[in-house]
Amino acid sequence: MGRYLRRRIIISISILFVILLILFLLMQFMPGSPFNDAKLSEEQVASLKESYGLDKPVIVQFFRYIGKMLKGDLGVSYSIAPNTPITSLLVNRFPVTLRIGFLSLIFGTLAGLTLGLIAAFFRSRIIKVIFNILTLLGIAVPSYMFAMFFSWTLGYKCNIFPMLYDFRSPMFSSAMPILALSLSVMAVIGQFTRSEAEDVIKSDYVLLAKTTGMKSSTIIIKYILRNSLIPVITVMASLLVSLLTGSLVIEKMFAVPGIGGLLTTAISSNDYSVVIALSFVYSALYIVVMLILDILYCVVDPRVRLGGKPS
Amino acid sequence: MAENVIYTPQDTDFVPAAKERKELTSSETVTGSKNDMRKRFFAQKSAVAGLVILALLTLLAVIGPYLSSHDYDDQQLDRTNLPPRVPWLASMGILDGSEKINKTSGAVTVNRYEELGITDEYYIFGTDNLGRDMFARAFMGLRVSLIIALAATVINLLIGMNYGIISGYFGGMTDIIMQRIIDIIGSIPTLVVVTLLMLVLQPGMGSIIIALMLSGWIEMSRISRAEVLKVKELEYVQAARTLGASHRHIIFREIMPNITGKLVTQIMLSIPSAVFLEAFLSFVGLGMPAGSCSLGTMLTDGFSNVLLHIYKLIPTATLMVLLMVGCHLVAKGLKKASE
Repeated sequence: MGRYLRRRIIISISILFVILLILFLLMQFMPGSPFNDAKLSEEQVASLKESYGLDKPVIVQFFRYIGKMLKGDLGVSYSIAPNTPITSLLVNRFPVTLRIGFLSLIFGTLAGLTLGLIAAFFRSRIIKVIFNILTLLGIAVPSYMFAMFFSWTLGYKCNIFPMLYDFRSPMFSSAMPILALSLSVMAVIGQFTRSEAEDVIKSDYVLLAKTTGMKSSTIIIKYILRNSLIPVITVMASLLVSLLTGSLVIEKMFAVPGIGGLLTTAISSNDYSVVIALSFVYSALYIVVMLILDILYCVVDPRVRLGGKPS
Repeated sequence: MAENVIYTPQDTDFVPAAKERKELTSSETVTGSKNDMRKRFFAQKSAVAGLVILALLTLLAVIGPYLSSHDYDDQQLDRTNLPPRVPWLASMGILDGSEKINKTSGAVTVNRYEELGITDEYYIFGTDNLGRDMFARAFMGLRVSLIIALAATVINLLIGMNYGIISGYFGGMTDIIMQRIIDIIGSIPTLVVVTLLMLVLQPGMGSIIIALMLSGWIEMSRISRAEVLKVKELEYVQAARTLGASHRHIIFREIMPNITGKLVTQIMLSIPSAVFLEAFLSFVGLGMPAGSCSLGTMLTDGFSNVLLHIYKLIPTATLMVLLMVGCHLVAKGLKKASE
């Protein structure tokens, strides 16, 4: 397991470096300049560039950039909040995004596991049809459509949940964003759990466990749930990506003060340093979570540890 | 004592069989796998429903904008924000162009058509805040989104399929290097790639297609590589290799026809994801430039008016949901049929 992990970590770090290089190169190609103010004279622009270190050769800039990024210094914002370190912009926003993301992941996973197991055990026609429609909608319809739907029905018409994020009640007012984001998670996990659980229920070892007179609750937890979880972990990665993308729009819709909202503001106000820094944060977050999922996969499925490829 | 009997062959020993052709019964005929697949696909009700939805949507995207008597970008500033009025239903009191408006003094029902004295014209989906016909715009948006999605998917297919086939077929060092490249590109979140690219490029249809292409081909190449790995060890490919067939022959004649099933499924899945990303870019403010219309820009406009004029959101949202559901139903049907 140690060797596998070491290789996996080395790959992750090299990917992070490549991403840094790409981000840096992109920054060089960005149209316009952060100093777009027409009132600035040539000398003023030159002195601004000097103070930000933008007059140095590209290679020097690149290594300074990597050094800074690794120290956790993401640079300063040019136009959203001039001269404010981006890290301080993130400090308050990051927890909000993480909380909404993880709550929707957890809520969606639990709901999906329950639905999938129910559909696998009770195989009546009505449950099958309802389950199929639910999962189809959850997978096919993007989360922002759900967000629109909920914000009009639950928020505007029925007035159950607040339509915008509220600092005074962060949990209650993030209910709708979480609901909208978790539906796709629920659908994907539900579908995988059902097909896996159906296979596991039919398998010989569950049959054997049943004939030995084991309690059915033990069978469900120890055999069926654990073995159904393996593929579920693999889909988590792709779910995470869709959560990241979805959260960007949803944060904007519900005015959630998270990093998604910050990114959209930065894009519309041409604050490239913030866009690049946030891209790095998103990529790093993504890579770290992928690494964690791989380790989890290792723990749940011993075949990976032994170097064999999981089927 | 046994007599030694010498056997003399006779003419009746070997009689040629009657020259009749035996017709094969349907259970004996060998049909191609494609034929089989088609049968299994059409046996599923949901898949057929999806296909019908997609066919209808494509038809509407082609002829929809011309069905309306108004042009899709024809601005009429005296007819802004008209609610929907449908010719036949209006006389029954449904969708007759009246709208409930919340004012500080309470809710009032207003019929803007009567106020403006429009009697013989109908806006089935209403008009937007510049007085443009939403009916024509909705289908024009569908057309633009479909064009973007199809173009991105075709390019993805070309790049991804070739990459995957080369990587899977030649194997060895080629495969290792090509897969490490995929590992790296694949671990940059699509969201980041698309966002950054849209910042560098000028907004417009071409740049959206390029942005979608950069992120979409990876999945296509993974799938074609996996399929090639499965197919290339099969007997008929080995037979072709033993007979001295060239790589080109093996790839195009032996392998390609047998991986199309999986690829078509992936195509059906990458169309909705392209439509999704296009709408996503519009929301973030990086989508199609102002003035043009696509499902994404229509949805963004509709949502910004959602509390005042919900009718602006409903048609586009319905088209979007139908498109997504249709594609997924067909993809699911294809997947089941090819298994």
